[in-house]
Amino acid sequence: MRPRSATPRKITDLMIKVISSLSALIGIFFLAWILFEVIQRGIAAINWEFFTTLPTPPGIPGGGLANAILGTLIITAIATIIGVPAGIFAGVYLSEFGRYGRFGAFVRFSVNVIMGIPSIIIGLFVYTILVKSVGHFSGFAGAVSLAVIMLPVVARTTEDMLTLVPNELRESALALGSPRWKVTLGVVFRAAKAGMLTGVLLAVARISGETAPLLFTALNSPFWPEALDQPMANLTVTIFNYAMSPFADWQQKAWGASLLIMVAVLFLTITARVGIRSAKR
Amino acid sequence: MSTDTIRLQDSPEIKIGNVVESDRVEAESREMDQSVPQEEIIVEPKISVRKLNFFYGNHQALIDNNLDIAPNKVTAIIGPSGCGKSTHIRVYNRIYQLYRDQKADGEVIFDGENILAPSYDLIALRKKVGMIFQKPTPFPMSVFDNVAYGLKLHYRLSRGELAEKVEKALQAAAIWDEVKDKLNEPGTALSGGQQQRLCIARAIAIEPEVLLMDEPTSAIDPVATSRIEELVEQLKDQYTIVIVTHNMQQAARISDFTAFFYEGVIVEFGETNKIFTKPDKKQTEDYITGRFG
Repeated sequence: MRPRSATPRKITDLMIKVISSLSALIGIFFLAWILFEVIQRGIAAINWEFFTTLPTPPGIPGGGLANAILGTLIITAIATIIGVPAGIFAGVYLSEFGRYGRFGAFVRFSVNVIMGIPSIIIGLFVYTILVKSVGHFSGFAGAVSLAVIMLPVVARTTEDMLTLVPNELRESALALGSPRWKVTLGVVFRAAKAGMLTGVLLAVARISGETAPLLFTALNSPFWPEALDQPMANLTVTIFNYAMSPFADWQQKAWGASLLIMVAVLFLTITARVGIRSAKR
Repeated sequence: MSTDTIRLQDSPEIKIGNVVESDRVEAESREMDQSVPQEEIIVEPKISVRKLNFFYGNHQALIDNNLDIAPNKVTAIIGPSGCGKSTHIRVYNRIYQLYRDQKADGEVIFDGENILAPSYDLIALRKKVGMIFQKPTPFPMSVFDNVAYGLKLHYRLSRGELAEKVEKALQAAAIWDEVKDKLNEPGTALSGGQQQRLCIARAIAIEPEVLLMDEPTSAIDPVATSRIEELVEQLKDQYTIVIVTHNMQQAARISDFTAFFYEGVIVEFGETNKIFTKPDKKQTEDYITGRFG
């Protein structure tokens, strides 16, 4: 028996290593490039005025995006208030009550489907029920469309995190004579706390960059956000409008707004990562 | 009441309960062979299991189990893996009901009432029948809150009373000295053996009548195991204890009565001494001498 040469195997091994390392580098390369580009172009727009004043008409220098920053915060906060509790309860149902049942499987499937729906379609849907019916755009409609995007994300991460809690823990709380809802709130939630919080942060990060659903719902506004039933300024639609405009000043503000969102999303994602790590410990 | 009683006799051989009619005949015939016992103490069993069958979906895991659990004694349940030991005691507090496809039928009489009746109050049952699990399961909260959890569920207590009861339970579980300075640290930070004693403290804090222990030492090192065995010895004055174990030495050391399970059937039940020295059934003897299982 002649021993088989190891050389071809070693060559294949080397090739695979080189290809996968290169692919990994490409991923990092684009992230670095985007970060570099956005920081380089956006940093010039960031100043005190950017955070504190209303936008100025094209041609008039100065002004800021204070109204859009505030509007985005308001819309995101309302979306979180609507979407997170609904998502958490749906996740609790999926993990604690409908884990094996047919209805649970149906809910889980539906949640996955909503997660896959392009956000522009969700925007159109909310447009038809909350904008067209009342005849004008509103910040509230924007928040609702973002909440619809949040719900499945929160529901699935909540379910995943609760499913990780060992059944022995539920059994020992039940064995002490605890009713099921107290077991869920007092013991299971506590065990899954960090993971659930992470899910919420990732969902907030996810919606903070959404533009399409706001285009049909919150629209935009050059004024301070005053009422929820009126169009509301927000960063993403402002980026969309300003970046497409011919004015250099506006384009620069669009870069500034992009930088702001990027930093916020990075911050949320990194916080969530740290949360996951402490949840696993 | 004679069918629901346990006769504790002074003779070298104690026959418990009239488990099934055939056993009774056997017992009586044996009694006649030997000297008739001088004294007979009749004690109500704490738990009487009658014709208990248990199903995981379509799979039958327990077949016609009949068993009497003597009060303030340690009853050990032994048998090879998968023979239904844990399944059997998981019926006593109906914890199996967490799972949709698990079903029990028959009767489990506890203080004169059938706990398997759908109308039986589960929370009241679990207040009276505590359980210790194979793996220690401290809740994700402080040592103090772990023990206080059950107390707060069942009693209205002032802060001082709560602290007092928590301390008492930790002392009864022989862990007070080790944790008295770390009551505010997470229960999960304790060692495995300490966690298990914390779980025992948590279970006895609410003053149950029965303690079910499902292989409580199988995930714990030998030193911690012997501490828990000593603890079981102390606790039986106050509680009726049913312990599932796959460690036969442990059953022999700590129990008063032993039931041998095989493939969902209770093959033999009797005084531990007798089961381990001269079992009636060949199967029991084979298992105990290590010929199978």
